[in-house]
Amino acid sequence: MTSELTENILLHVEKNGETNSLDLMNVFNEDHQKIIGAIKSLQTLDNSRSRCIFAVPENGILQAEIMNSVPYAKVGLSKALVAGWIKLDKSSGKPMVIRNVSTIEDTTQKNLKNFDNLTDNIKADYKKRKLLQEIIVKSVIVKKGPNFATKIEKLETELTSDLLINGAWKEQKFKKYNFDALGSSTDTGHLHPLLKVRAEFRNIFLEMGFEEMPTNNFVESSFWNFDALFQPQQHPARDAHDTFFISDPKYSTKFPQDYLAKVKQVHSKGGYGSEGYRYDWKIEEAQKNLLRTHTTAVSARMLYQLMQKGEFKPVKYFSIDRVFRNETLDATHLAEFHQIEGVVADYNLTLGDLIGTLYEFFKKLGIDKLEFKPAYNPYTEPSMEIFCFHEGLGKWIEIGNSGVFRPEMILPMGLPEKVNALAWGLSLERPTMIKYGLNNIRDLVGPKVDLQMVYNNPICRLEKVNNKK
Amino acid sequence: NHADCASEEIIYKIDVPANRYDLLCLEGLTAGLLVFLEKIPQSRYKLIYPTSQNKLEKITVKSACMNVRPFVVGAILRGITLTKESYDSFIDLQDKLHQNLGRKRSLVSIGTHDLDTIKGPFVYNAEPPKDIRFKPLNQDKEYNGEEIMDLYAHHAQLKQYLPIIKDSPVYPIIYDSNGVVLSLPPIINSDHSKITLNTKNIFIECTNTDLTKGQIAVDILVSAFSQYCKDKYTVEPVEIIYEETKEVVRSPTLQYRSNEINSDDAVNFIGIKETPQKIAKLLSKMCLKSEVKNGNILSVEIPPTRHDVIHARDIYEDIAIAWGYNNILKTIPKILSVGKKFPLNKLTDHLRQELAQCAFTETLTFALCSREDVSDKLGWSFDQIPAVTISNPKTLEFQVVRTTLLPGLLKTIGANKNMPLPLKLYEISDVVLRDPQAECGARNQRRLCAIYYNKSAGLEVIHGLLDRIMSLLDVPWNVNKTNDGYYLEATEGIVYL
Repeated sequence: MTSELTENILLHVEKNGETNSLDLMNVFNEDHQKIIGAIKSLQTLDNSRSRCIFAVPENGILQAEIMNSVPYAKVGLSKALVAGWIKLDKSSGKPMVIRNVSTIEDTTQKNLKNFDNLTDNIKADYKKRKLLQEIIVKSVIVKKGPNFATKIEKLETELTSDLLINGAWKEQKFKKYNFDALGSSTDTGHLHPLLKVRAEFRNIFLEMGFEEMPTNNFVESSFWNFDALFQPQQHPARDAHDTFFISDPKYSTKFPQDYLAKVKQVHSKGGYGSEGYRYDWKIEEAQKNLLRTHTTAVSARMLYQLMQKGEFKPVKYFSIDRVFRNETLDATHLAEFHQIEGVVADYNLTLGDLIGTLYEFFKKLGIDKLEFKPAYNPYTEPSMEIFCFHEGLGKWIEIGNSGVFRPEMILPMGLPEKVNALAWGLSLERPTMIKYGLNNIRDLVGPKVDLQMVYNNPICRLEKVNNKK
Repeated sequence: NHADCASEEIIYKIDVPANRYDLLCLEGLTAGLLVFLEKIPQSRYKLIYPTSQNKLEKITVKSACMNVRPFVVGAILRGITLTKESYDSFIDLQDKLHQNLGRKRSLVSIGTHDLDTIKGPFVYNAEPPKDIRFKPLNQDKEYNGEEIMDLYAHHAQLKQYLPIIKDSPVYPIIYDSNGVVLSLPPIINSDHSKITLNTKNIFIECTNTDLTKGQIAVDILVSAFSQYCKDKYTVEPVEIIYEETKEVVRSPTLQYRSNEINSDDAVNFIGIKETPQKIAKLLSKMCLKSEVKNGNILSVEIPPTRHDVIHARDIYEDIAIAWGYNNILKTIPKILSVGKKFPLNKLTDHLRQELAQCAFTETLTFALCSREDVSDKLGWSFDQIPAVTISNPKTLEFQVVRTTLLPGLLKTIGANKNMPLPLKLYEISDVVLRDPQAECGARNQRRLCAIYYNKSAGLEVIHGLLDRIMSLLDVPWNVNKTNDGYYLEATEGIVYL
């Protein structure tokens, strides 16, 4: 029957020219799949293996040439070689394809014309060669439902202004709304998650009466970044492998000379009750420009400027801005990150005041279990590392560093002797990663940020304890 | 293999503060903790002199040393008994002092020798490399100064120290009275005088470029290991004669410094209430032996192991540590203060919100980038850009500070090509420009950059956004193109903000 159909198709094409398989379905009153099957079997007449043998002339042909001139030559050639129809002659150096038989019997072609009787093995082989294709046809069974009617009533999809005006909405039946799906997404803008957390931190400081410091100076001199903080010139942090030094503009020269002399004195000879570090302080080291390694450099400038105004008044300062470390990037380290810093300066402040302030600060972040551990910073004495109990991780983790600025740092600025300056700092990235459960800092900051994560990011309420973990 | 050599013992890795050199070895750490727990009294270190003054070992420092490594500190540990463990600890402490306090031997370099294999007086000189000849530690034959540099050029540990003296016309060298070489500081000791488990008398020389640090290093080393001497906690000094200045000094000094503090000042600073007697006791636990002198005045003795104490504040800290940070009463400073935003940040915050309301999404990109990111890739030559350049970046991604926000936004799009179109991004942040007028030669500038990414360019979308921003900033559009308000002007060439 298949062969009859294919012949009929051919006759039809001969008489009427080009035609569509769907049209043929009507012409012959046959199933579409059968028509397709018949066409496919016609296609196999254009079999690659047969093409190959016929493409081989009596005297043979170069293998390279046949590869270029015949479609599917690669498959056809290898199959024809297996069947023994042709042979390869490599004697001349360039492989020649030579006919082995004068006529062929193409079993493939025969089998395809009659594929109902094929074994599974051969079918599988043909499928692999893309000569046969398996198609799944899904059918639907139609029967009467509870609301069956022969006349179709049209349901309204939405309430329209017309329906409201002519009152038709009262009689009209509406299509059911699928509540088991998400609505259409709103076209909206988004703030960056890290900067949402920054906004929360800024609010906390503002609620606590802190004034924001101007930190818009990424390039800083070693003098303000290190020397002014009583950080000695041989300190490891001043090594090139920790700090980005600047080649252009390489040096700073505009220092307040009086203050510079006092800093030099306290480093090399001591003063203000201190023995100093007793080393040869060099102006050349102080002049080197760098990308600030902490915003404490700005705090130093602010305290210095405060005294330039003539008299001391109590202050509470904060800042949140970028700082830079010469690090190799990995999942938890970036070469630039945001430092949060708070400073309080007044007469007779105590270590208890620092601890109390830190409790108030972290309470606003939803953290009320704190512990303090002695630590060392060149510019604070005493220094305390701040730990909090992380409910999710079930352990104490370090969240920040704090201390009281050394007298050798603040007295040369001209602050009165009874004044103490409390300070603490933490990174913005670390609490954010903990808050949002992120493992890789690069998903959050930098160009490789996952925008979908930014789109989906919720409102940031730091004081709200995250119950997800 | 390694697994066979590894100890089955559990070994603790302990972090100590960078300023507490006395805690760098097991001897110092256990002593410190036992005193803190009041299990043992604090040890007292003593200098002992040989029976007759002229038997004092001497090191003469030749004037030539001033050109390369000017100072030396000496000391002798007499009648010492070392075990495998204490020997290893002794070597390990030297190494740690070299690394941190000595800044990788550049400032301080310690040599320890078996005194019974050498004979004083000693000479510390600086000589041309060719004239120096000796058998370095664990080598089979003699080398001259130049050959030693070649010998260790690829040595895993020693190669890092070679540059300290390599280019100097003279190398530091220490001889005994028979012309035997003790060491070539800061590179290597001689094989001749090496210390072993059988060494009874250790001669210590510490050459340095920072005398304070050299003294600290020797104080730390001898105070930790004098406990293994026949007369516990005793150290024999060495006389140093500086030829250049004619100065004669003895080292180590093992100086106990005395300091007076007011107990009331201390407790007021910490925020606790405690008697001077109790404060003195707390300080003694911290190895700062103290007693009440009169009233509130405490006399505090700072041992030679505690060079980190340079100000009364350092003593206050030790009181607070002994008291326990977590036992201090929490108080809040009584300051009436008014919160205030930095005006530039306040404006930035407003605009960030408004741009999000324009359905743009905020990005946060790096301030550092490669030279090409801000120049070639945007069609500019690098010379035209007032970029701040970094001298020592670890990766090529951090050669300059950005002069424009655009590359970061483009990179963000590049990393998010799977996202549905259009992408509408913005960032408001700082770029940095060289500026000779600025204090450090560069200044930050706050920029706003927005980008629209779709199948068609959509210039009118960005144009509209600019109009919106101007309207938010209350800057009117000026059709007449005069100075009030803003207007757009067509331009040629490559202009990016």
